[in-house]
Amino acid sequence: MTAVDETTTAPAAEIGSPRKRKEDQRLITGRTRYTDNITLPGMLHLGMVRSPLAHATITGIHTDDAKASPGVVAVYTGADLAAAHGSLPNAWPVTPDQKAPEHHAVAVDRVAFAGEIVAVVVARSPREARDATELVEVDYDDLEPVLDLEAAAAGPPYAHPDLGTNESATWIFDSAEAGTGSDVEAAIDQARGDGVVIERTYRQQRLIPAFMEPRSTVVDPTSEQITMWSATQVPHILRLMLALTCNISESKLRVIAPDVGGGFGGKLQVTPEEVTTLLVANRLGKPVKYTETRSESLVAGHHGRDQVQRLTLSATKEGIVTGLKVDLLANMGAYLGLVTSGVPVLGAFMYNSIYKFPAYRFTCHNIFTNLTWTDAYRGAGRPEATFAIERLMDDLAAELQMDPIELRRKNWIRHEEFPFTTVAGLEYDSGNYEAATDKALELFGYDELRSEQQRRRESNDPVQLGIGTSTFTEMCGLAPSRVLGSLAYGAGGWENAQVRMLPSGKVEVVTGASAHGQGHETAWSQIVADRLGVAFEDVEVLHGDTQVSVKGLDTYGSRSLSVGGIAVVKAADKVIEKARHVAAHLMEASEDDLEFSGGRFSVKGTDKGMAIGEIALAVFAAHNLPDGMEPTLDSDATYDPVNFSFPHGTHLAAMEVDTETGAVKLRKYVCVDDVGIVVNPLIVEGQVHGGLVQGIAQALFEEAVYDDQGTLVTGSFVDYLVPSAADVPDFITDRTETPSTTNPLGVKGVGEAGTIASTPAIVNGVLDAIRHLGVQDLTMPCTPSRVWQALQSREQGEPASVQPTNPEQTSGNLNSSGVISPEQGPRTEGGAS
Amino acid sequence: MTRITMTVDGVSYTDDVENRTLLVQYLREQLGKTGTVVGCDTTNCGACTVHLDGRSVKSCTVLAVQADGHEVRTVEGLATDGELAPIQQAFHDCHALQCGFCTPGMMMQSLDLLAENPDPTDEEIREGLEGNMCRCTGYQNIVKAVRQAAGTGAQS
Repeated sequence: MTAVDETTTAPAAEIGSPRKRKEDQRLITGRTRYTDNITLPGMLHLGMVRSPLAHATITGIHTDDAKASPGVVAVYTGADLAAAHGSLPNAWPVTPDQKAPEHHAVAVDRVAFAGEIVAVVVARSPREARDATELVEVDYDDLEPVLDLEAAAAGPPYAHPDLGTNESATWIFDSAEAGTGSDVEAAIDQARGDGVVIERTYRQQRLIPAFMEPRSTVVDPTSEQITMWSATQVPHILRLMLALTCNISESKLRVIAPDVGGGFGGKLQVTPEEVTTLLVANRLGKPVKYTETRSESLVAGHHGRDQVQRLTLSATKEGIVTGLKVDLLANMGAYLGLVTSGVPVLGAFMYNSIYKFPAYRFTCHNIFTNLTWTDAYRGAGRPEATFAIERLMDDLAAELQMDPIELRRKNWIRHEEFPFTTVAGLEYDSGNYEAATDKALELFGYDELRSEQQRRRESNDPVQLGIGTSTFTEMCGLAPSRVLGSLAYGAGGWENAQVRMLPSGKVEVVTGASAHGQGHETAWSQIVADRLGVAFEDVEVLHGDTQVSVKGLDTYGSRSLSVGGIAVVKAADKVIEKARHVAAHLMEASEDDLEFSGGRFSVKGTDKGMAIGEIALAVFAAHNLPDGMEPTLDSDATYDPVNFSFPHGTHLAAMEVDTETGAVKLRKYVCVDDVGIVVNPLIVEGQVHGGLVQGIAQALFEEAVYDDQGTLVTGSFVDYLVPSAADVPDFITDRTETPSTTNPLGVKGVGEAGTIASTPAIVNGVLDAIRHLGVQDLTMPCTPSRVWQALQSREQGEPASVQPTNPEQTSGNLNSSGVISPEQGPRTEGGAS
Repeated sequence: MTRITMTVDGVSYTDDVENRTLLVQYLREQLGKTGTVVGCDTTNCGACTVHLDGRSVKSCTVLAVQADGHEVRTVEGLATDGELAPIQQAFHDCHALQCGFCTPGMMMQSLDLLAENPDPTDEEIREGLEGNMCRCTGYQNIVKAVRQAAGTGAQS
């Protein structure tokens, strides 16, 4: 991983400018094209019959009544469709012996989670389709559902009896074996003798991505080429995977991601619904649409997180960390989706974070259960890692009675130590943790808040104040292809771009990244405007259609700018080189005598010059070109990053905890992020705001709760608590800019940073408020009821933490009758506004 | 089927609808007013918010027949002669949207709250938007946009 020698030279006019977004016009006027908006002549609609049971054998499906229902065209079962497709794809077999069950789009003889599709109704209207799903009768023989992650790891019973185990794979990284560090057991043994050992078990609750636009797919098979519109983050990956899964030539399948209403990893998938819509459309020869309801989305769209993290950190008594051992149980749920198995592996390299651990070992057990399958959700592996290490560091600081910031200072990589090769084997190219932290402390008013905290403790104030710290880094910009190869991922991590000079002088940019709210059209226009010296308004960006953007690997893992944006730069640079050749010819000058600046080639020492637009027109006419030159300036580039990007930042949360009610209030939140050079500060700030709220939601509000039968209790937005505007405050955000040295723009990813950083800041803050009262741990989400219970347990002399040990306790916000109690969250209590 | 007549974004429509047809289904499927979107099935998310006789309603929770004889305004009726309404301009200026899916409902609800309270505090804005969910923005820029719109008298 070496630094590249290219850097931006000319002062950038557009890069760094808070341009208002080009995308907004259609979105604020309602001229949108979300997939569900698409209607085609004779279009048919699907209704899905879903299993109410978590684990059962299907012994019979009766479809006659449904078939006789008004408007119904056909009803299909798994048996009808199974031969038309292969197992749904898992692109990341993390070990050679990874176990995975066959995954049909529609279950054939057994269901493995509640919500799995068992039959499909095709009707002339969506309402007729849905009506008829009620008329399909399915006979089930119950099987014992496997619901608890820790019990599943010990198994039997098994989520998939044929596999004979619940363990899909065990993945290990050991710094001593890898040669990147020393032996962790030795470090822990040493610390048990003369240092400090912190042993903890943290629970990453199950979350639901909950993008605002429910998933929708339209397939039009009425021509030689099949067209699919889908609410997806990954049109290119989807096309390839559908071609392979359904045995269709890629060239016969066009996938379009039109306007897509958010994804957060939740639309990084090849779904049973997409495969089913394609198969039914093909079979009937008619356009077919399927749009899920929100209830279907919550139960059947993939979930995220859901891990048990067993952690051992060793340190000296002076607070110098010496070793870190991570033993994970990761809940796959019922199936392996596209990258399900790889999510915990993405976290494996991040537990050591910004700290100079000499020894590290990571073991992950990927475990099947009869729950909705998990997969990428904003951060994917890295929030879990960051939560674990940042909580451990606060716990260590408490153990040593040391200021948590001071402890971090003792252990983090100093700015002059970059590039730094970590114990996990990554080379962090750049960063300045000192600068970001200093700025954050100042904006936060750290010392004053610590004084206030002390006063409240001394006066025994019923409302206690806590300060939570999270000094995170993450690896994003997925990803160098050779690294992905070494991790057994099934594809590369490059990105493609095309830059076309139109005869009008305008520029058309095609990107393989597929935006769904990120603002690529605006940011890419800024990059190209600077590079080619054309007006921001004269650049059009096209994406999200495999017929237009013929090559790409789409959008996830905070990769669009640091991979896709660099591909745009490379393609633009090729345009300039071609144009230089023509300019020299037309102006009868040597190429060496030409300067390109502000969109204009000029001959050094003369007043001769030509704008790149003029050259584009001349090339279009092609009347007078250099001998042998193709009449085009258009260029494309496929860029494979040399390294990940490593944004970092310091996040501080001031949390008020009402010790009488357990209500938690986020009083102040400051974050200073370093995402390298910023193309558009408006967009970056928006990404941080949204990311923060998703991370805060994990800390305080959200949890996918199942009952003891494996039924999702939080199956609607009534119960799954996505925060509203009234649940969160304004944030104070700022930045430092330490350029990445591994890409020519110096940029780093930002899409996941806020989510990765904020969860531990919040929980650390809540604990800091009540740790002196004897509460050592809290399980997320830190609802008023959980906080109150933890305080009560302490008063009753019981262990002062609430740790779930079985599914009922996991759903700790259920009362004994299984009904949601009012303490579940802020919307009913106003506990955290 | 029931015959209904309503004015939507200034145009009068008469149609036969199934009694169970939701207002949002009528708007989207029969009138092609797809600017108004559906985000949930429990009246929580607010993505489908429109105005019925000048007050915000969640159009997934109103039957089309209930709107018979009434006036409906959607996001598509906000701009006049190609000029953005102040609330639209404010959302654009303040980067109050990312994926844009919640935006139509969020703007319609913002107008309603400004009609009721032309000079709201930030807290009043947040409470007034409590029934409209956004997963992208973290709400901060939405609050800022509503504040900007309040300053321009955007309640209509």
